[in-house]
Amino acid sequence: MTDRRVELLLGALASVVLLLIVGMVIFVFTKAWPSFANNGLKWFGPGGNVDDQLIDIFNSPANPANYVYKLRAYPLIYGTAITTIGAVVIGLTFALLSAIFIVEFAPPRLRAVLEPVVRLLAAVPSVIYGLIGILVLVPFIGNDLITAEQKKSVAFVVQLSGSSLLVAVVILTVMITPIMIAIIVDALRSVPRSWTEGASALGVNRWRVIWTISVRAARPAIIAAAVLATARALGEAIMLSMVSGSVGFAPNPLDGLTFLFEPTRPLAATIVDNAEGLSVKPFGQTIYAFAAVLLVSSLLLSLSGWAAKQPLKRYGVRA
Amino acid sequence: MEAHTTPLPGAAAPAPRTRAVESTATWRRRDRIGLALCWAAGILLCLIAFGLVAYMAVRGVQYLKLDLLTTRPLSDLDQSKTGGFLDPIIGTVILTVVGTLLALPLGVATAVWITEYARPSWLARAVESGVEMVAGTPSIVLAIFGLLLFSESVFSFLSFTAQGGAVFGRSFFTAGAMMSLIALPLVFGSTREALQSIPGHVREASYALGKTKAATIRRVLLPTARPGIATGTALGMGRIAGDTAIVVILLGATLQLQSAGDTPGLSTLKGTGSTLTSYVYNNSPAGEGNAPEKAYAAAFVLLLIVIALNFAIDLLSNKRKAPTWSG
Repeated sequence: MTDRRVELLLGALASVVLLLIVGMVIFVFTKAWPSFANNGLKWFGPGGNVDDQLIDIFNSPANPANYVYKLRAYPLIYGTAITTIGAVVIGLTFALLSAIFIVEFAPPRLRAVLEPVVRLLAAVPSVIYGLIGILVLVPFIGNDLITAEQKKSVAFVVQLSGSSLLVAVVILTVMITPIMIAIIVDALRSVPRSWTEGASALGVNRWRVIWTISVRAARPAIIAAAVLATARALGEAIMLSMVSGSVGFAPNPLDGLTFLFEPTRPLAATIVDNAEGLSVKPFGQTIYAFAAVLLVSSLLLSLSGWAAKQPLKRYGVRA
Repeated sequence: MEAHTTPLPGAAAPAPRTRAVESTATWRRRDRIGLALCWAAGILLCLIAFGLVAYMAVRGVQYLKLDLLTTRPLSDLDQSKTGGFLDPIIGTVILTVVGTLLALPLGVATAVWITEYARPSWLARAVESGVEMVAGTPSIVLAIFGLLLFSESVFSFLSFTAQGGAVFGRSFFTAGAMMSLIALPLVFGSTREALQSIPGHVREASYALGKTKAATIRRVLLPTARPGIATGTALGMGRIAGDTAIVVILLGATLQLQSAGDTPGLSTLKGTGSTLTSYVYNNSPAGEGNAPEKAYAAAFVLLLIVIALNFAIDLLSNKRKAPTWSG
């Protein structure tokens, strides 16, 4: 009798989690809908200065019929995409090399240091990374790396202060790499020993063994690691709002090296920067639209992460 | 395979596996470049970590004074009068406790249900992917969802209500509730891992002694899974202590703890406050305070907390591995 009740109770608690997530998707989307409905697909396109548009929305008249919704969010989406992709690509290369080093080549003593180091780096709060970024890297880049000509060359569109795409990508990379290293190390370790030993027995050198056998077998885990890191990078708000310059500007690759020094502002950072205005109705709806875009991206990422893990199960390898 | 590597009880420890020493001189150039890159990556990783910790330690020792830890923050234009960060430290503790207290039962219950019952199976699969989705949701999205949810008048008992009846939605309760969602996947994951590693015959032995399923869970499975649950909880606490977005948006990030209502204790939980993370954020050049020395000092304290939690996780997961069932 009590047994049945325990099952129901536990099942109910488990369903609470499900209800919460479903509720979240519904809540956020209903709240965000007016912003999407008023802009259509142009919401995602370029056009005008996104910061000015946000100010207009914030100052829209009190009458609901006259609410301003015009928004072209392309610079924010572009900023999110470019910081995320930059950090994940650099981070993945670096994480793969470090993971191989930890699993195969590191001397035992160094390995004993490296593993806690990775866990520590993964646990450092993002605000500390942001603090170091804004107090150390930003002044360094602003004063020493950016030349006066570079500042002048783009002065008519944007000011270069040091808070830039470069700092954002560098710090984001440092933040997400440890997570990837941890997952890839686990996967490389769980490659069946007989596979690598078989290759060694054929006279293949250690680098070739790990590169052609272990890394290849761990490919799904590497994808899963990249997916997880992408989710972290997409959602990082505080650190990016501290170091990315907080200007709704799309850095232009045509500017050459200056491109790296141009400021930007991803979606998540935009939400933090504008959280004060949530109570203004049309403005709040616009902010929730940003959240909705992030939510959809992370749902798609979870889905692809799940898909990437499937082949692993076939080998009995756990990711 | 495995049988060779696990030592029999009582047998002498096997000799450490030796590697054939191979000279890289015979390798092709591409392979040697790969090896060199690996070394470079590993050393860079060490340098970054030690650089980070050393820099924070130097700044922390330089700026951290004992009275910063024991005085309350005040708002003043003069930096020498803005006080310390006693309130944010208390805020971090309260928020971590509230978040953990909510996440722990929910996470453990979900994990037990998934591993032990999981009926009907479609619901189990849905719950599992639900937890995965929570894990993937950015904390900033959780934060503004929480604000939307808890500003509903149904939840007015959780936070401060303004004169006109508008619910503020920001309090330790509401921030803690959303924080628990951040910790939940970690608690869930490690609890499930621990439960799954308990072999089926242990459950069967318990049933054979006439215990019900509920009693088996409570008396046998949960005690065995305790190290796993503890590890997950500690991981979750680290995430809660380190999260900023939810604090900035859902806790109000007021300088001092501001209570709402008259009931002592409850009023603090219903009130707003700040944590170390939001204190660092507000005192960085990006925030309103702009007092880098205090931001460094607070960040150092925060880093120490995180390192301590990390250390606790190490102890928990290494010290008492689950008992070996075989043999």
